[in-house]
Amino acid sequence: MSLVNHHAKLEKNAILLMVAIFITVIIGGLVEIMPLFTIKSTIEPVGNVRPYSPLELSGRNIYVREGCYLCHSQMIRPFRSERERYGHYSLAAESMYGHPFQWGSKRTGPDLARVGGKYSDEWHVAHLKDPQSVVPESVMPGYSHLADTRLDYGNIQEHLETLNVVGMPNPKEGVDTMYSQTMVEKAKADLENQARGNNAKGIRSRYPKAVMGDFDGKPKTITEMDAMVAYLQMLGTLVDFTSWEKGLNKTEKQEKLWR
Amino acid sequence: MANVEKDEVSGQHTTGHEWDGIKELNSPLPSWWVWVFYATIIWAIAYWIVYPSIPFGTGYFDGLTDWNAREVHEKQMAKIAQHKEQTWLAQFREASVQKIAKDDELRQYAMKGGEVIFGDNCAPCHGTGGAGNPGFPTLVDDAWIWGGSLKQIKQTVTHGIRNSDAQSRASQMPAFGWMSEKKQNAIAEYVAGLAKGNAPDGAGKKAFETNCATCHGPDGGGMTQMGGPPLNDRIWLCPGRGTCVPEISAKQHVLRQIQNPKHGNMPAWGNRLSDAEIKQVTVWVHAQGGGQ
Ligand code: HEC
Ligand code: HEC
Ligand code: HEC
Repeated sequence: MSLVNHHAKLEKNAILLMVAIFITVIIGGLVEIMPLFTIKSTIEPVGNVRPYSPLELSGRNIYVREGCYLCHSQMIRPFRSERERYGHYSLAAESMYGHPFQWGSKRTGPDLARVGGKYSDEWHVAHLKDPQSVVPESVMPGYSHLADTRLDYGNIQEHLETLNVVGMPNPKEGVDTMYSQTMVEKAKADLENQARGNNAKGIRSRYPKAVMGDFDGKPKTITEMDAMVAYLQMLGTLVDFTSWEKGLNKTEKQEKLWR
Repeated sequence: MANVEKDEVSGQHTTGHEWDGIKELNSPLPSWWVWVFYATIIWAIAYWIVYPSIPFGTGYFDGLTDWNAREVHEKQMAKIAQHKEQTWLAQFREASVQKIAKDDELRQYAMKGGEVIFGDNCAPCHGTGGAGNPGFPTLVDDAWIWGGSLKQIKQTVTHGIRNSDAQSRASQMPAFGWMSEKKQNAIAEYVAGLAKGNAPDGAGKKAFETNCATCHGPDGGGMTQMGGPPLNDRIWLCPGRGTCVPEISAKQHVLRQIQNPKHGNMPAWGNRLSDAEIKQVTVWVHAQGGGQ
């Protein structure tokens, strides 16, 4: 019996063919994806990365809802051109709390992985409302409705609890869930305070380097614009690369963690 | 296999399939194609051996070359850094901005690099080529808020304006809503007159001199130490936070600023750009027409 005849069997039986395709895809998936969960160097240890604050998280959800990722990546590759324009290349750890991550693959607009702190809140608001008002040649659509829509954050606490199910540990808080019990309990207050610029100390003790509001010039109402700008202003600001690079050399000698 | 026969014209066997009298030839694949196919298989195996590949447990086979994308990148960056260092960067680091602007060769490097840096970082606010946007001042004219000398521009760019940087420019205009409406109107008329060059004498002028001259200069000519922009021109920022109405009269403009002063804000670039990059963009901005 030659192999060719077995082949004919598969090609003549649709169900059998489907089962065989399925098995092939599973093997491919196992070989390509599974090792990433066990190989140590997939996520290199980096200090200072923290989960998103409740307000940033709400902004992130709007980012996903509005499909900003269709035009913007958040992934700086280790190429000279990208480094000179956007800054240090992205590390896997920087998106370890991002579910789902926003790496993206389409760049109609610039990469946003390190846009935090690059512009003022005022600019972001003007730009998001009407991009052409500040960048006349821009093809980005306007999102003025963000400024007119109150942020719906009634279920923010449940949202943090849901993310806790994902199971990323938060060593800084000493818990093996993303958010500690205190963070979940204070979620609503933290969100409101960050948007209004109150209690910076408390918020930064839980979410270091969080950027404080008011973001959109309307301190009384918490709008979707507040959340969006809070999110944009923290992107790429967490990792301190001078200390990371020192750690890199040290660890490199100990074991080839970076490969 | 049923009905396999030899085709007389081509000399090949048929597959035995037949549709409406049309029969399919069972021609072998061209040999060049088959060899390319085998070559790709051999290539893949060689690739596994040469490059990092097969995973096991907590690590993976490094490959004979120990190849690593980040290392390749770091090496390339180091090589370029070395090249830059030899051609101009070392001199750049030593030299002051003033010296760079005067030196024919160094200025070339500054202008070329500065243009790119400005496009990537500053143009979204200050407009293409520094032409300005509502709320974000033009940098190509000679009306300066914080000063147009090389030193002042470098200071503004490095530390920014009204941000969390310790040395950021911080002075702010207070609100004057407490003034009587009459007084506000008189001042506004006076300042609007300054802009047109026919400022009226009287109560407005007097109130201006007591309340505003400390930051805007006695004649409204501006004071760079206080960040008070010149008011004796028709170049306006965009007073009133969050809203920008360029098409209002000069008087209304002043009234808005008195009641609800704008506090323009620019990020500090000292952390984001290197000292050499800041020098480059400083020289570039200074050369756009308004440099002092
Ligand atoms: C149709 C594609 C498109 C979509 C969708 C889009 N953008 Fe943009 N974006 C652009 C382009 C093009 C630019 C560059 C020109 C400019 O600054 O407007 C840009 C620029 C930006 C910048 C400035 C980046 C920099 O470093 O200069 C930010 C921030 C930004 N976009 C945020 C967003 C957000 C948030 C959303 C979703 C609400 C979004 N964009 C949706 C195309 C898009
Ligand atoms: C987020 C928007 C923003 C970005 C980005 C930005 N600026 Fe500015 N810049 C401003 C604003 C707003 C002012 C005016 C501040 C004020 O009202 O005092 C300003 C003022 C200045 C001034 C002082 C002007 C004067 O009249 O004294 C200089 C010089 C300057 N910017 C240069 C730059 C350079 C160079 C870059 C890029 C490296 C840059 N800016 C990027 C917003 C920005
Ligand atoms: C403490 C200093 C200070 C005082 C006092 C002050 N100003 Fe100002 N003024 C500023 C600064 C700083 C700005 C620039 C605001 C910005 O950069 O966003 C400004 C801006 C302005 C502008 C807008 C300029 C433009 O180009 O659009 C006007 C008009 C103005 N001031 C009028 C007045 C008047 C009238 C008074 C007196 C009643 C006054 N200022 C008192 C600091 C001051």
